[in-house]
Amino acid sequence: MTDISMDGIAGTSARARRDIGLKRRYAAERRFRLYGVLAISVGLVFLAIMLVSIVSKGYTAFWQTTVTLPITFDAKVIDPSGKRATDPNVLIRANYPKLAENALIAKLGIDPGDKATVRKLKGFLSDGARAQLRTLVMADPSIIGTTRNVDILAAANIDSAFKGQIDLSVDESRRKVSDQQVAWMKQLAADGSLAEHFNKGLFTFGASSRPETSGMGVAIIGSLYMMGIVLLLALPIGVAASIYLEEFARKSRFTDLIEVNINNLAAVPSIVFGLLGLSVFINFLGLPRSASLVGGLVLTLMTLPTIIIATRAALAAVPPSIRSAALGLGASKMQMVFQHILPLAAPGILTGTIIGLARALGETAPLLLIGMVAFVADYPSTPLQPATALPVQIYMWANEAERAFVERMSGAIIILLVFLMAMNITAIVLRRRFERRW
Amino acid sequence: MNIMTETALESAVSDKMNGTPNETIKMRGQKVCVFYGEKQALFDVNLDVRENQVTALIGPSGCGKSTFLRCLNRMNDTIDAARVAGEITLDGEDIYDPRIDVVELRARVGMVFQKPNPFPKSIYENVAYGPRIHGLARNKPELDAIVESSLQRAGLFNEVKDRLHEPGTGLSGGQQQRLCIARAIAVSPEVILMDEPCSALDPIATARVEELIDELRQNYTIVIVTHSMQQAARVSQRTAMFHLGYLVEEGETDKMFTNPDDKRTQDYITGRFG
Repeated sequence: MTDISMDGIAGTSARARRDIGLKRRYAAERRFRLYGVLAISVGLVFLAIMLVSIVSKGYTAFWQTTVTLPITFDAKVIDPSGKRATDPNVLIRANYPKLAENALIAKLGIDPGDKATVRKLKGFLSDGARAQLRTLVMADPSIIGTTRNVDILAAANIDSAFKGQIDLSVDESRRKVSDQQVAWMKQLAADGSLAEHFNKGLFTFGASSRPETSGMGVAIIGSLYMMGIVLLLALPIGVAASIYLEEFARKSRFTDLIEVNINNLAAVPSIVFGLLGLSVFINFLGLPRSASLVGGLVLTLMTLPTIIIATRAALAAVPPSIRSAALGLGASKMQMVFQHILPLAAPGILTGTIIGLARALGETAPLLLIGMVAFVADYPSTPLQPATALPVQIYMWANEAERAFVERMSGAIIILLVFLMAMNITAIVLRRRFERRW
Repeated sequence: MNIMTETALESAVSDKMNGTPNETIKMRGQKVCVFYGEKQALFDVNLDVRENQVTALIGPSGCGKSTFLRCLNRMNDTIDAARVAGEITLDGEDIYDPRIDVVELRARVGMVFQKPNPFPKSIYENVAYGPRIHGLARNKPELDAIVESSLQRAGLFNEVKDRLHEPGTGLSGGQQQRLCIARAIAVSPEVILMDEPCSALDPIATARVEELIDELRQNYTIVIVTHSMQQAARVSQRTAMFHLGYLVEEGETDKMFTNPDDKRTQDYITGRFG
């Protein structure tokens, strides 16, 4: 097409056109497009590799093998001396694993007198059965003496074996599950009492040395506390600072200096903020170690520059004609800012805030320094109590050797990524929804 | 040197004209100088604005006419580096007096800008905003009445009465500019400043706005900056010619366009420069 029209022009015009390398220009453009496509492809391939490896390792973490057993809450096991009416400690200290073991022995049809075989049962059920059955009995002591079906967690090795993650062709002495246990596992699976269920525990349990009873409950709570603190502190402080700098402060050397420093602050490595938090909040102000309050304060410091930069950009993007219109009508500067500029800048501010929060959510290094890398089994009821955070939980699980922890680590990464993606999508949706044209 | 004497001459001329009856002086600028940082943008401008008349400010780009206009309601205050010297009075009161509240001044001296700049809110909200912040209406019916009469006077009411709650930014350019005029009228100003109000409009919308300016003259004093000689000739009673920060000449529009005293005015009006 182009050639034809070129010829047409050349044919009619009196003077011949100089060769200006049109072909070369088009070739250069095609080459540049190719580079672009290649660059994007490389990026996408790495993204795909990362996602596939995480998901393929982690999706099994959302399933947990459990054994459904008819547990007889035998008073002779729970309360051999019959003092539970007077001594509340009896129910707390009772030998609950024995109940589960008895039920399993009956289920598998093993002779209770065969001590050698019974010993092999150790390590088949999770020791989490103790807490699970205790909770049931404490909640309703009247179940003592009755029999009911309870889903008991399988131990991590059985769980891994059932998910096919342990190579059973290896010699028995070199793997973590014995042939006898595999046989029992298959027997129970055949009658349907051993099966995989959705792993609620991954979201509710706290730290544990046993993979099957460890979860991210504490980490999720800790991260929520911190996000709340960051939002509560960084958003108002950041927005107020930006409004003052952008709308009220006279431009001077001093404000230039502040601006440069805010931009520098945004680039300061997060571990430095962690050290700052350690020395100021914990050593100087005496706030408790490992508390999500301290974590939230540190992350606030980290997020502030991001929010200030985003807010100033959003304020500066509001056209000057709106300012003139408001001022020309006799609005005071305060009215101009709060009734006209701020509402128009709000989507940009929100987007910046969400992106800042997402960054804070994934931050690990500063939290390690303020002691949030801790073994916390119980939910923190206030931000002053010890907690961990999602990325720190990933870090801790990554340090564990067992196969089941690796699986949980990948599962936790998936959850963290889902949180981050949800936040970023919210930011994009907000930006699209409220985008205005002048 | 040459220019200085001319300015002195002009002020003498305008002093003589002030003596004529039935022409009350609404605003008066005396020896107005404006500096943007180191640069001086206006040099000793003496200009009177007469009540219920349209005063047009003409001159080539960068001659200081918009700068002078923006002095009249202290919009130059919003520019950090800008500094105003000299005296500008409104009804004999110095508007740069520290006791004068700039918010109140801008309610008395309204402004319409070059580019229509409605707030990205509804048509109703655009007009109601000024009366609301100045407490001009005690209740909703009063506010409704102000909005309606302002839109009526801006000649826009019939076009928008069915969609008062739709965004003002959805109107056409000419309608937006009349909305901005309605918004300015709504706070009952005494003077309306217009900074090239038709430069972004097509000829039909321009004609409507010019008609409107002529009607508004009954109730308001109007100062208009324009690049169009025809527009100045059509709408204004008095014209002031600026050049390079100096007021070259000021007088009745008819005289300015037929028999100007200054050669530069004649050259500019006949299109020889600018």
